Amino acid sequence: METTISSPPFSPELQNHLTGRLLLASEIPFSPAIISDQIKHGYVSVTSGVKCVNGQYNCVRCGNQNSALFYTFPCKICNQDCTYCRACIMMGRVSECAKLYGWIGPDLKFAVPDKVMSWDGTLTSGQQTASDCVVEAVKRKGELLVWAVCGAGKTEVLFAGIEAGLLAGKRICMATPRTDVVLELSPRLKRAFPAIEVSSLYGGSEERSKASPLTVSTTHQLFRFSEAFDVVIIDEVDAFPYSIDDSLHYAVNKSKKPSATTIYLTATPSKQMQRSYRSGKLQAVTIPARYHHKPIPVPEMKWSGNWQKQYLQKKIPPVIASWVSERLQQKIPLLLFFPSIQVMEQVIPLFQTLSPKLETVHSQHPERKERVQALRNGEVPGLLTTTILERGVTIERLDVAVIGAEHEVFSESALVQIAGRVGRSFTYPTGTITFFHYGKSKAMVEAIYHIQMMNKEAWKRGLLDG
Amino acid sequence: MARCLFCVEEMKVVLTWRSLLLKKEAMTICERCEGKLKKLAGETCSICSRELDKNYRIEDLCLDCVRWEKDKKWSGYLSINISLFHYNEFLKDMIAKYKYRGDYALAEAFVPFLKDKLKDMNFDLVTFIPLSNERLMERGFNQAQALTDLLGLNTVELLTRLHTEKQSKKSREERISLPQVFQVTKPDLLKQKSILIVDDIYTTGSTLRHAAKALKTAGATEVSSITLAR
Repeated sequence: METTISSPPFSPELQNHLTGRLLLASEIPFSPAIISDQIKHGYVSVTSGVKCVNGQYNCVRCGNQNSALFYTFPCKICNQDCTYCRACIMMGRVSECAKLYGWIGPDLKFAVPDKVMSWDGTLTSGQQTASDCVVEAVKRKGELLVWAVCGAGKTEVLFAGIEAGLLAGKRICMATPRTDVVLELSPRLKRAFPAIEVSSLYGGSEERSKASPLTVSTTHQLFRFSEAFDVVIIDEVDAFPYSIDDSLHYAVNKSKKPSATTIYLTATPSKQMQRSYRSGKLQAVTIPARYHHKPIPVPEMKWSGNWQKQYLQKKIPPVIASWVSERLQQKIPLLLFFPSIQVMEQVIPLFQTLSPKLETVHSQHPERKERVQALRNGEVPGLLTTTILERGVTIERLDVAVIGAEHEVFSESALVQIAGRVGRSFTYPTGTITFFHYGKSKAMVEAIYHIQMMNKEAWKRGLLDG
Repeated sequence: MARCLFCVEEMKVVLTWRSLLLKKEAMTICERCEGKLKKLAGETCSICSRELDKNYRIEDLCLDCVRWEKDKKWSGYLSINISLFHYNEFLKDMIAKYKYRGDYALAEAFVPFLKDKLKDMNFDLVTFIPLSNERLMERGFNQAQALTDLLGLNTVELLTRLHTEKQSKKSREERISLPQVFQVTKPDLLKQKSILIVDDIYTTGSTLRHAAKALKTAGATEVSSITLAR
């Protein structure tokens, strides 16, 4: 008699759902019978969601170790006192008795056609240098910082690297702290890679269960992943809340395979990242020039006197009033950045005496996008705003002023990003950016130096039109 | 530094002579969150605690309670219900996090408010509205029982559920017309006793009236209730 040795069957649907993830039973739409069968055959791993080592609790999903964010309750599921994590409770309760399931069976292979990329645009020479470094980093593994000025065209720089990774059978994730960046990137990547599945994940998105070769995700959504990606690209790595929330770093690290490539993308790397770059610990490539080959407008500093006191006396400092009036007259769209919502709400009536159509935009506005669009369309002459609009906004012919630029919320990177709103388009590559202040801050001086250095490097490398 | 149980912001603990001498119950949520909880105030329905609206009352009862009390099947079973807060968006979020996300810790946030109300209420025994077994295994705890546990009162599990469908999916008519929903498990314990039922939300009042009817039929002398939201 002939005997065949065959391994027991695994469920391809479950494999697709669980590969690279770590999920609660309630997040797995399969019957308990299928799951326990697959565990028995060694295809699915099981681990406690909360572990206690030497009296210290640890959440396996979000990395929380702060004892104040654990709570012990009489659990009716395990019938004993059970400790759960309060830090990530909004994603469903992870506790000592709640198990997390992962896939440890056969690897999931994605079908990737030979011609996977349809993008055929051209890169500037600055972009090309960076693109080559990205391709090399994807092949070599390890870390790479792409330090590209605002308006350099960062996304196109990634395409060749993503293509190389996909062709090599790698699973790639583009992560960012900001949902609007996911929404903007996802259609661009789908257009550039039309033959493969591109899933986009953000709070409230639909595409949760599909495993795909290319994922665009908020850093927050990566809490549900584990050892999934060969390449992780983090866009706007210095943006809030990634910049201050350690648990998001844990999420990104957990989502990577041990041998993964990590690429950081930003116009304003943190001091720590800049130091690692200068000391040679972190490989980096810079794109010091914009895609239109014109230098970045350098901020001008103007003393406005005690602006807070003048506002309290219902007066706009004269230098600021005339800056605004000039632009209203010449119909140049303008953005005024304020250090806080309160100050902005206080002064809007004063500014509306200059033009009743001036409006405000801040983080709690439901029609934030519509108001920015109104400025773009010329329906509104200008907006008063906070650091919420420091990134991701492009408006033609824009002039920008920062009011109270010495305030601590205006860090070097915030000021560089704000200055980066000016002169972005091909047709209008110039514009003015003014820091109105009551005493220069270190951050202001450093932001100006930062922009001057980038322009200087761009000249040296011949990336600017003469 | 203590943190607010709900929003997790740091709380300033202000020590005053008043707080030291009166030994006020320590607050577990911050002032901003507490400010968003709206207490039921002014003239309220003498049965269900609803704030009385001049178009929706007859004397000191709201029209809903008038309707309940007119119906012979339901009249006189629930003596009084006390509710702490309006079921506004903020409290909806808080209760959703508590029972659906399963954040048991939030029970601690409600306990000081419950204790304050219970000072003026008379009862011999405390019980709570039970969950179906299916729901209990899903959530890991009963949100009403968690409150009684933390209150540290003499609590007895007196009721079990005969049905399993979710209450929240039914209309008022459907809820009222239901046959018996609860069964009394320990009738010998409640003879000649006045019972306080704890629950999270008073919506139509049908759940509490079903429970009250079951308890009184089994021998309780009086049944009252307390809920977080109304």
